[in-house]
Amino acid sequence: MTTTEKFRIIGTRPIRPDGIDKVTGRADYGADVHLPRMLHARLVRSPHAHAIIKSIDVSKALALPGVEAVVTAADFPDVNDERTGAGPGATTRRFLISNFIATDKALYYGHPVAAVAATDPHIAEDAIALIEVEYEVLDPVMTVERAMQPDSPILHPTMRTAEPMGAPKDAAEDKPTNIASHLQLAMGDVAAAWADCDIIVEDEFHTGTAHQGYIEPHTATALWNPDGSLVIYSSSQGIFQIVRDPLATILKIPSSRIRAIPMEIGGGFGGKNRLYCEPLAAILAQKTGRPVKLTMTREEVIQATGPTSGTYIRGKMGAKNDGTIVAAQFWMAYEAGAWPGSGVGGGANHAFGNYNIPNTLVDGYDVVVNRPRNAAYRAPGVPAPTFACESLIDELAERLDREPMDLRIQNASKQGDRRANGMVLPLSGNQEVMESLKNSAHYRSELTGSNTGRGVAMGFWHAGSGSHSINAVVNNDGTVSVNTGAVDIGGLRATEAMTVAEVLGIPYESIKVRVMDTDAIGYSTLTAGSGTASGTSASIYKVAKQIKERLIERAAKIWETDVANVTWEPDASLTGPASEDGKPKTMTFRQLASQLQGTGGPVSGHIDTGGATGGPTYAGHIVDVQVDTDTGKVTILRYTCVTDVGKAMHPSYVEGQLQGGAAQGIGMALTEEYFYDDKGVLRNASLLDYRMPTALDLPMIDTIVLEIPNPGHPMGVRGVGEIPIVPPMGAISNAIADAIGVRPRSLPATPRVLLDQILDRDGEKGVDAAS
Amino acid sequence: MSQRIIVNSNINGENIEFMADERDSLLEALRDRIGLTGVKEGCNNGNCGACAVIMDGRLVNSCCVMAAECQDASITTVEGLEKDGQLTTLQQTFLEDAALQCGICTPGFLVAATALLEFNPHPTEHEIRFWLAGNLCRCTGYDKIIRAVQHAAERA
Ligand code: FES
Ligand code: FES
Repeated sequence: MTTTEKFRIIGTRPIRPDGIDKVTGRADYGADVHLPRMLHARLVRSPHAHAIIKSIDVSKALALPGVEAVVTAADFPDVNDERTGAGPGATTRRFLISNFIATDKALYYGHPVAAVAATDPHIAEDAIALIEVEYEVLDPVMTVERAMQPDSPILHPTMRTAEPMGAPKDAAEDKPTNIASHLQLAMGDVAAAWADCDIIVEDEFHTGTAHQGYIEPHTATALWNPDGSLVIYSSSQGIFQIVRDPLATILKIPSSRIRAIPMEIGGGFGGKNRLYCEPLAAILAQKTGRPVKLTMTREEVIQATGPTSGTYIRGKMGAKNDGTIVAAQFWMAYEAGAWPGSGVGGGANHAFGNYNIPNTLVDGYDVVVNRPRNAAYRAPGVPAPTFACESLIDELAERLDREPMDLRIQNASKQGDRRANGMVLPLSGNQEVMESLKNSAHYRSELTGSNTGRGVAMGFWHAGSGSHSINAVVNNDGTVSVNTGAVDIGGLRATEAMTVAEVLGIPYESIKVRVMDTDAIGYSTLTAGSGTASGTSASIYKVAKQIKERLIERAAKIWETDVANVTWEPDASLTGPASEDGKPKTMTFRQLASQLQGTGGPVSGHIDTGGATGGPTYAGHIVDVQVDTDTGKVTILRYTCVTDVGKAMHPSYVEGQLQGGAAQGIGMALTEEYFYDDKGVLRNASLLDYRMPTALDLPMIDTIVLEIPNPGHPMGVRGVGEIPIVPPMGAISNAIADAIGVRPRSLPATPRVLLDQILDRDGEKGVDAAS
Repeated sequence: MSQRIIVNSNINGENIEFMADERDSLLEALRDRIGLTGVKEGCNNGNCGACAVIMDGRLVNSCCVMAAECQDASITTVEGLEKDGQLTTLQQTFLEDAALQCGICTPGFLVAATALLEFNPHPTEHEIRFWLAGNLCRCTGYDKIIRAVQHAAERA
């Protein structure tokens, strides 16, 4: 274990390698691709949330000069119920394809129905208005509560609930449902444990559908080569896992016939883990024989991509009078959108994650509704049950007359505790985070002003890890080029270059990092799940060590001595045996690099790994709010994130992840949600009406960074991308309760929702009743 | 069918004559006709600031200006901020302070902050936040962007 190692570069704050390109406008993002003879695509989208598509007439559009092709689902091969893949992620071709173009039914407002390619974007826009679609409108199902009722309209007539462990079903119950699956995680005996509790709190919670809100809309450009191979320029979090392989399945061509080129990516947060534009651009390009670019508008991004699941959670928690939490239970229903695959699994796996509770039971339901298919969003599925858990703990603390942080510390999980999913917790900083939060200047400060309140909440995320294929080459001018397959979404290249500089001792500035296309590097997992900076740095650490060993061997060969006589100095120079004058022979890194040709050829390092570097991360957030009781508006006065990051490789980017994630969580807690009318029409598909925090809505976000090394990583690093979005909803809700004595049980706590609760508290009529 | 138009503007200090569709916004003309793709599109309706440019001394969202309005206009985009090949103080502090993660919002923030410091060289934190409220960043939580602007103002 090298975690006590003193670092020279790791922990400093150099300028990112791709920085200059990004402050001068030179960096090429997906939508910046421009190819000769390129066509522009636009989509026809369903104006109905739930409808059978009876006919599509494209003749008028095709007659418009400049229109080169129109496609529908019928242009894709084999839209049928054939299974794709095996295991829990398996789906059918129909499900896979109908997410980006409707097959027989439109399943949400904004569902693509047809795609046009034209010589100019304005002509494509004109053309979509000429496509005539005949619909038979059906009743939409917009909420999980409605979708789970026995008389609810059904989205997919073939759907049956997948039960835990494939439990057999009664043949009489074999009827269509909107409940795609039910999962259960149990530990101990909850039913019996309630009897041991002195105090039990119970509540219901709702969270809204929220979008990841990346500023760059989805885009893809496709080009077919004369040999029948396909080139895709894409803004995606994973060029292999998200673009190349699923596209090969959809188009029924071998994956090696697709070259996916990663462009700079303007934010993803999990939302760029799905295919939308790529298959449509590909099929249009195939039909026209020309390159086709498809870029979504912002309205389309909100209508038809992203969102994280809205949820409905019923929670129950019980404790003894001494504060020991004995049992906890969740019943959780998650909106999956129009196809299965909500974050309910993540939510269940992380539920009660900061606490050691001997008896827990979580029932989770993945429920389809007429909304866009949910996509991953930063710690997918976890903020909602954390909001519920942290609210219940505050309620328990109040009933027990305990200080909320003390009750949390008393029940904190620690190394060796077992979780309901079977995981035994390794070394990590849950208790340290709680203690640090309690001792922080923010927590100890006095809170003044009217209708102000303070809240805390904890968070837990189990970071992922994946496959990486990485090459690094020593250039003859003494620089090193690193080639990776994991896209850089927010400073990754800096941590990769720093790792090489750390191990070799050469200047950070002499390292170039490039993200390669799928023809140029081995399979690499998508950039997601807080697994990438830790996974690539652990891999590059080994690659740099290989280079070091090989260069020592080469120096030994040049000096005609044994490797044992060659020493690698901290400044990357090499010292060998004594020369004639009695002084040891020396060579700089650069001198050695310039001699590689002629002494045995190039030196490089390489790794292919599926190595596990993930592990738990913990955080605790404190927030001070002020509530305007006349309007229901909440202002964030002060915000602090305490996080165990293992080792902050580049502290500025670590802080940036924590601050950005907290800001997104603040949006989910206060202002962001999808607003559908009773026909299932989305009424706020713009960045004015879907209200993300602006610079004016937020204070500075303070970060307290703890470094308790990750035992699974050579430099102790933990992933930090997800964890900061986990606590904010709980912390803000607890702060609002502290401020005005009214606990929001439905988030976002928009002025409208909160004002109703305040008026209710004061015995007055709410906004709805009064109007 | 729409018409083609010819527009003469001074863009980043260079007199440029370009052809556009009469329906093109300035954003489309800059990106698709002139090739200045540093100007970004986040929303195309004035709500994100990714497309910000300085037009005749005023900060505007180029998605809300028609190309046809730009005859004889003087326009500065992110590509035109550097002076004699040197990064401006703001570009430098954005790099040093890690005021970008994905970087898609950065061109708009740099242009808007440049306009702010010209108009008000020593803004308070609140003034910076107020001025930049028209620019959305989803990655950073704004903290490091605000500090980069403060640091640039201190160095001026
Ligand atoms: S693209 Fe112009 S303001 Fe968003
Ligand atoms: S850095 Fe990604 S939106 Fe600002």
